Amino acid sequence: MNQEWINALLGGVLIGVSVSLMLYWNGRVTGISGIINGVLTPAKGDTLWRALFAAGLVLGGLVLQALKPEVFANTLNSPAASVAVAGLLVGFGTVMGSGCTSGHGVCGMSRLSPRSIVATVIFIGAGMLSVALFKFMGVLS
Amino acid sequence: MKNALASFAVGFIFALGLGLSGMTQPAKVVGFLDVFGSWDPSLVFVMAGGVLVHFVTYRLIRKRTSPLFSAQWHVPTKKEITPALVLGSFIFGVGWALAGYCPGPAVTSLASFSAKPAIFVAAMLVGMMLFKQADKFLQMRR
Repeated sequence: MNQEWINALLGGVLIGVSVSLMLYWNGRVTGISGIINGVLTPAKGDTLWRALFAAGLVLGGLVLQALKPEVFANTLNSPAASVAVAGLLVGFGTVMGSGCTSGHGVCGMSRLSPRSIVATVIFIGAGMLSVALFKFMGVLS
Repeated sequence: MKNALASFAVGFIFALGLGLSGMTQPAKVVGFLDVFGSWDPSLVFVMAGGVLVHFVTYRLIRKRTSPLFSAQWHVPTKKEITPALVLGSFIFGVGWALAGYCPGPAVTSLASFSAKPAIFVAAMLVGMMLFKQADKFLQMRR
């Protein structure tokens, strides 16, 4: 196995550990899109943990930025406009589909939730078709 | 308060996992999705690692009657495959391919102080609000 695969596996294990802690401590699924979306519709007693989760992500990011800034390399060269369109689609789609890579892909797959298995197959499949299409159209190089 | 601090710690560890795994590098994500071109399978191991760990821990943890800092479990129990699940996941996949960011890596990448993650996250929040408005509108007309 090459180093990239080992890092991917170790990173995945860390993600698995963190979502396990969320379940053990708070009894919750670690679905990033759902947690962030909940901050946008504040409900009493249901906002602080969400905001602090996002703050934890950013703090983790700051540690990475200090120690290993190359993990944030973005060599795609996609124009700002297509990044904005992508963000809109991801926000809209993840709320409509009740989850993203973390909530469906890791948490839901782990408990063999039929909804999450279907969602994961669809978003990875749609992603694969889209990359082929965007490359053909010249949107991605 | 305990539960909020706990989720802060979870966010922190989660971000380190994302950074180590390669998920915060959009070109690697696009490479993983590029099965018809120059496929980079390394990110398969991220989901494999996460699911491998949580498949086991989920079953152990759910043997408890309740979590540590909450009176009850908040795990989704819905089973129906709805049109919204299918269409929403499809739309997400298209957006994921277009910029190489999904929500977690995008928020984590805000710490790099570069423009693209910031643009992506701002647009993502707008997209979330747009869906809620569209959903409200459709339900009103029903």
